Amino acid sequence: MNFSWISTYWPLLAAGAVQTILLLVISVVFGFVLAIGLALAQIKGPRGIKWLSRCYCTCLRGTPLLVQLWLLYYGVGSLLPLIPGLRSSFLWPVLREGFFFAAVSFTLNYAAYEAEVLRGALLAVPKGELEAARAFGMSPAQVLRRIWLPRAVRIALPTIAGEIVLQLKATPLAFTVTVMDLYAVAYKIRQDTLLVYEPLLIVTVFYVLLTLLLTRVFKVVESQVPVRR
Amino acid sequence: MSSALSLLELLSPYPPGWGGVLLAGAFSTVAISLGAYGIGILVGLVGALGKLNGSRPVIAALDLYTTAVRAIPELILIVGLYYAGTDGINRILLGLGLPPIEINGFVAAVSVLGIVQGAYMTEVLRGAILAVPIGQIEAAKAFGMRPITRFRRIVLPALIPNALPGLANLWMSVTKDSALIAVVGYQELALATRLAAGNTKHYFLFFFAAALLYLAITLLSNVIFRALELRFRRGQPKSA
Repeated sequence: MNFSWISTYWPLLAAGAVQTILLLVISVVFGFVLAIGLALAQIKGPRGIKWLSRCYCTCLRGTPLLVQLWLLYYGVGSLLPLIPGLRSSFLWPVLREGFFFAAVSFTLNYAAYEAEVLRGALLAVPKGELEAARAFGMSPAQVLRRIWLPRAVRIALPTIAGEIVLQLKATPLAFTVTVMDLYAVAYKIRQDTLLVYEPLLIVTVFYVLLTLLLTRVFKVVESQVPVRR
Repeated sequence: MSSALSLLELLSPYPPGWGGVLLAGAFSTVAISLGAYGIGILVGLVGALGKLNGSRPVIAALDLYTTAVRAIPELILIVGLYYAGTDGINRILLGLGLPPIEINGFVAAVSVLGIVQGAYMTEVLRGAILAVPIGQIEAAKAFGMRPITRFRRIVLPALIPNALPGLANLWMSVTKDSALIAVVGYQELALATRLAAGNTKHYFLFFFAAALLYLAITLLSNVIFRALELRFRRGQPKSA
C-alpha cells in the first residue's frame, strides 16, 4: 500500500468530494419537492394526472439510472444544439456540462422513488387528524402544509434516510458523463499513478463515513419527537 | 433529421440494423442477472443461517460483510471486486506456480454481482427465517426431525412466502445493477446500446429503446413474481 500520492492529489480529492456532495444535495432537495407533487397527484389528482404520475414512477423505477443518465446526456444532449439560438444563449455554459445532466437525471430518478415512499406515508396519516384539521376550518392547502405533510414526513423519516443513502451510492455514476466527482478523481489517480486499490480505498472510506454521518443525523432528527409504542 | 423508415431500419434485428445487438445485450443482461441472483440466494442462505446459528466470530464476519457491501456504492464495489478478484486469482495461481488465466467477463460479472446480492439476500432471508413461528420449528424438533429434514420440510416452505416480496425487490435491483457491468467493459444491454448509439449517432433512439427493453424486463418480472406469490401463499389466510 502506497499513499504518498495523497500529498499531491488532495486538492483534487477535496474538489471531487464537493462535487459528490453537491450532486447529492441538489438531487435530494429538488427531487423531494418533485416527489411531493407526484405523490399528491397519485392520491388526489384526477384520473389522467394520477395515471401520468404512476406511469412516471414505474418508468423511472423500472429502468437503470445509468441508462436514464445516458439517455439524457447522449440522447437529449445531442438534440439540444438543434434548438435554434440555444448555443448562443447565456444558458449554454451550464447546459453543455455533464454535471447539469447528472443533476437532472439524479433528481428525476430520486423523485420517482421518493414519491412512492411519500404516497405510502401520506396514506398512513391517521384519518382522524385530517378530519380534525378540516373541522377547525383549515383550507385544503393549510391541512396539507400544517398537518398532512409534516405527519407524513415524520412517518416516512426512516425510509427517507435509506433513500438518501441509496442516492449517495448512485452518485459515482456521474463519472460516466465526465463529471469530476470523487469516484472520477480516484479513476484519474489510478490512470496517473497506476495504483488500483489505494485511491478506491480512500474514496470508499469517504462514502462509508458520509453514510454513517447521514444515518447518525437522521437518528437525531427522528428522536426529536418522542414516539409512544 | 432522418425519416421514420430509416429509424425503423436502424432498429431492425438484422445488420445493418442494430436491433439484434440490442436484443443480444438484453439476453446477456438477463443471463447475468439470473446467474448473480442464483449465487446471491446461495450466499444469502448460508449467510442467514450463519448469522442465526453461527458462533460469535462467524456472526461478526458476516455482519462486516453485509454492512460493508450495503454501505459502499455498487459501482465502486463492482469495479474494485472486478479488478481485485481477477488480480487476486492470478496472484494465487502465480504463487502456486501455475500460469495466469484470462477470466471470462461473464463469470467475473456474475460473481461480482452475486457477492453484492448475497449481502442483501442475507438480510432478507434472515428476516424471513425469524418470521417463521417458533412453535412450528419446536414441533418439528419434537417429531425428532434432523436439522436438515427440519429445514427442508418446515423452515424452507414457511420462509418462502415471507421472503418473496424482498426477493422480488432484489431481482429488480439486480437487473438494474447489471447495467453497471457496462463500466468495466462487459457487453450487456447498456454497453451494447452505447456502442449502437455511438456508431449511428442516433443516441436518443437507442437509449430510449434500451430503456423500453429494461422496462419490459421489469414489468414481465412483476407478473411472474405476483404469480409466484399467489402460488406460495395458497392455503394461507388472506391478510386484510
